[in-house]
Amino acid sequence: MALHISEFCIACDACRQVCPNDAIAEDRPWYLIDADKCTECSGDHPEAQCASICPVEGAICDELGVPLNPPGSLTGIPPELLPRLAATGGGSVTTGGGA
Amino acid sequence: MDLPVIPIPPAAAAGGGCSSKGCGTGGDHLAGLPDAIRRKIQDHPCYSEDAHHYFARMHVAVAPACNIQCNYCNRKFDCSNESRPGVVSELLSPDQAVRKVLAVAAEIPQMTVLGIAGPGDPLANPERTFATFRMLSGKAPDIKLCVSTNGLRLPEFADEIAQHNIDHVTITINCVDPDVGARIYPWVYWNHRRLRGRDAAAVLIENQQKGLEMLIERGILVKVNSVMIPGINDRHLQEVSKVVKAKGAFLHNVMPLIAEAEHGTYFGVMGQASPTAEELQALQDECAGDMAMMRHCRQCRADAVGLLGEDRGAEFAMDKVDVMDIDYAAAMEKRARVREDLLGKLDAARGAKQAVRAAHEDAQAETAGLRPVLMAVATSGGGLVNQHFGHAREFLVYEASPEGVRFIGHRKTDLYCSGDETCGDGESVLDRTIAALAGCEAVLCSRIGFEPWGALEAAGVAPNGEHAMETIDEAVLAVYREMAAAGKLAIPAPLQKRA
Ligand code: SF4
Ligand code: SF4
Repeated sequence: MALHISEFCIACDACRQVCPNDAIAEDRPWYLIDADKCTECSGDHPEAQCASICPVEGAICDELGVPLNPPGSLTGIPPELLPRLAATGGGSVTTGGGA
Repeated sequence: MDLPVIPIPPAAAAGGGCSSKGCGTGGDHLAGLPDAIRRKIQDHPCYSEDAHHYFARMHVAVAPACNIQCNYCNRKFDCSNESRPGVVSELLSPDQAVRKVLAVAAEIPQMTVLGIAGPGDPLANPERTFATFRMLSGKAPDIKLCVSTNGLRLPEFADEIAQHNIDHVTITINCVDPDVGARIYPWVYWNHRRLRGRDAAAVLIENQQKGLEMLIERGILVKVNSVMIPGINDRHLQEVSKVVKAKGAFLHNVMPLIAEAEHGTYFGVMGQASPTAEELQALQDECAGDMAMMRHCRQCRADAVGLLGEDRGAEFAMDKVDVMDIDYAAAMEKRARVREDLLGKLDAARGAKQAVRAAHEDAQAETAGLRPVLMAVATSGGGLVNQHFGHAREFLVYEASPEGVRFIGHRKTDLYCSGDETCGDGESVLDRTIAALAGCEAVLCSRIGFEPWGALEAAGVAPNGEHAMETIDEAVLAVYREMAAAGKLAIPAPLQKRA
């Protein structure tokens, strides 16, 4: 029973500071949860602390890889606007319906 | 020599009896402050418009984590409360930060202030933040320390802040009403939970206000920053100004929202409008009736180094600092000499300014009843018109009127670009510069090229290179009187062509 951190992590150190079990460490290219130490906060807090403070959607995931903070859940930016955002940055995405 | 002060009886100031005209024209916006506070901030570039021309500040980015989310922030970049949105600063460990500060202090002796402002919230990283302060107050007691925070954990750390050499704290307060806050903050991490909506804003506001009170009780100076968000808190900020002044904040700094879709913030993506320079100025004028307003904030980067909007941060990247050999004891002596010298110059400049203003008042008959005029000035410091138009990355805007001259704010020429050379060809940069000067009828600089001269004239902004090396006040008032003599002030301001 442990959470893990995905490539969306921006290495902000917030989760490490609030973990009750000292289970999170700075690592490259992103932070790492020690599966042996992580208890998903049971016994300490009703909510997983790392997932309660992490600022980026998709970074903290459960054992199945499902994000605890899915797209749109933290910033309020509607998910359908997110890919378009990536497209304006990348410049190589086809835009549909330009009739 | 003491600073020229316009005495304002405390009762009148507190009762709002001091209008922006009444106390804004005589000197700097700090004129109404008590002596003890003015002494503390006289060489603080972030608080005094005049000091900004002589002293430099630096920030170190040691605090990566944050405990709230703001709708104008994208956490992939630095905190936008305290930094320009869309930039990423070099994150340092406390040890690295201390080495960097000592290197800069030795190299740039006019650097008097070190701030920790991000890239997250300093108080969400208490170990790193206070370790940095602890080491610095030991090794470099001649550097003033300051910290900026969203205020959520201020009540918890007010005592610790008071223990260090930290005499200034900036709190970003965008609202005092949770319903307004709910539209600015999507969540706040508090008491082991992620709060949302009105509850989140209420907790944040309560802690900010309590923190403000606790700092004032402990004799720490508090500046309040607010981000002006049209349609959300623009009408509310006058109330904020009143509340924080009543509690003892000494300065209020209203900054414009910067919301660009490419920054990926909620406001940017959703198309929230930013205020124009004119809207910002109008709100600052409205709030000025309630308290001292700050108008020269540059929203600099979380790792900025330098004087007046300049950024020498690149010279002090960690790989360069690592190979520098620093004798701080020697540097400290030099710093003390430079500081005395600059304070003398600053004093002299303030005296000269007073004299120019007094002369203008004596000559009031020439301009009585005429309309005020905004002018932009290109300066590289020292309170002089001494910069080439084409080299100016920002312009200082002054208002000249029969009552005198007052500083209004600054306009960046590269507000929306990252500042490197890739952001467009020369022509569009000139267009952007002209757009940034909207509302100004003249621009004063040491020199100006032929091409921008024509473009400025066509846009209704008169270029003027005739007052090079004069003090800004002198030059602005001289141009104002020239305009009066030419009959330009009896008629309304010409309609400007928008670039
Ligand atoms: S779920 Fe709890 S115990 Fe596990 S890493 Fe996150 S904060 Fe630590
Ligand atoms: S809080 Fe999220 S983004 Fe920050 S270090 Fe932890 S996992 Fe990475």
